[in-house]
Amino acid sequence: MPGKRTPSNSGEGLTSDGGRHPFLLTKLDHLIAWSQKNSLWPFGSGLACCAIEMIATAAARFDISRFGMELFRASPRQADLFIVAGTVTNKMAPVIRRLWEQMADPKWVVAMGNCAVSGGPFPTYSVLQGVDNVIPVDVYIAGCPPTPQGLLHGLLTLQEKIARSHPTKAIFNADARRID
Amino acid sequence: MLEELTDVPVLNKAYQSLEEIFGDFLLGATFEKKELSVRIKKDGLLSILRYLKSTVGFNALSDIIGLDNLRLGAEGAKRFSLLYQLYAFPGFVRIRLVLDVDENEPVPSVVPVFRSANWAEREIYDMFGIRFAGHPDLRRIYMPEEYEGHPLRKDFPLEGPNDGV
Repeated sequence: MPGKRTPSNSGEGLTSDGGRHPFLLTKLDHLIAWSQKNSLWPFGSGLACCAIEMIATAAARFDISRFGMELFRASPRQADLFIVAGTVTNKMAPVIRRLWEQMADPKWVVAMGNCAVSGGPFPTYSVLQGVDNVIPVDVYIAGCPPTPQGLLHGLLTLQEKIARSHPTKAIFNADARRID
Repeated sequence: MLEELTDVPVLNKAYQSLEEIFGDFLLGATFEKKELSVRIKKDGLLSILRYLKSTVGFNALSDIIGLDNLRLGAEGAKRFSLLYQLYAFPGFVRIRLVLDVDENEPVPSVVPVFRSANWAEREIYDMFGIRFAGHPDLRRIYMPEEYEGHPLRKDFPLEGPNDGV
């Protein structure tokens, strides 16, 4: 039953209200997903030129903090969004995997730019042909490099994806870590 | 073109003294665009470098470059060439030593003369598979340590032996 907020009960304490103070009815799934999607802390792993566009996205003009993502962390342990920005070489691949493993659940991965998506212009002996060979990717952003608008579009897409998720499943069913 | 060497007195003097002292180890020389390059024998490498460094004043080894002459093999060229780029920075003069080596032919390491050769020789070993005898720490420097093959060889496929995986 939604509480009715009237002038008579608005400023008064819980005790004098007789149980008629306002409250919000929602699903726990929605509440958790809402808070997760609006406070993503990115781990910026700038590996190549894509890092420049990622930095531009964080700077004043494009201002990633409008979406609650301004806290770029230097440590994967404090982050929940892994932006793989740039070329992943075969030598770097085990490092990327390890950094991803160090991130605490729940965590998401954005493959930024053609190199991280598929190896891009480097079908060579030294370049990993897509970061999804070593870690699961939630959103792929094409471009060489993607513009800040492109990165923001990808991040908003990720927010939509998180909004559709059911985080409580991870609590009640340990096998289902998250569904897409 | 070697006659124009007199335009650069320092190089000219260096080349004359090289011819005088190490004549047996020289295989030829070219002078183009004010760059002198001297082709030498393997046995003379260390002594020539030591002489150029201590007596003539080429005090820096800026780089060692590897070349794969795979497509020149029919013309009798050895498989690889090593180019030692020397630099004298009072005077800003450069000289290049060229050394031809075969596959599986070890080359004496020049680390005892120029310590900057350490990583340069590791890079050559990593990319071409040329071994340097006497190198203090001959490991790969760019590729992962367990990697097989030497990527800058002309017969190495661009995608790598396992399709890049």
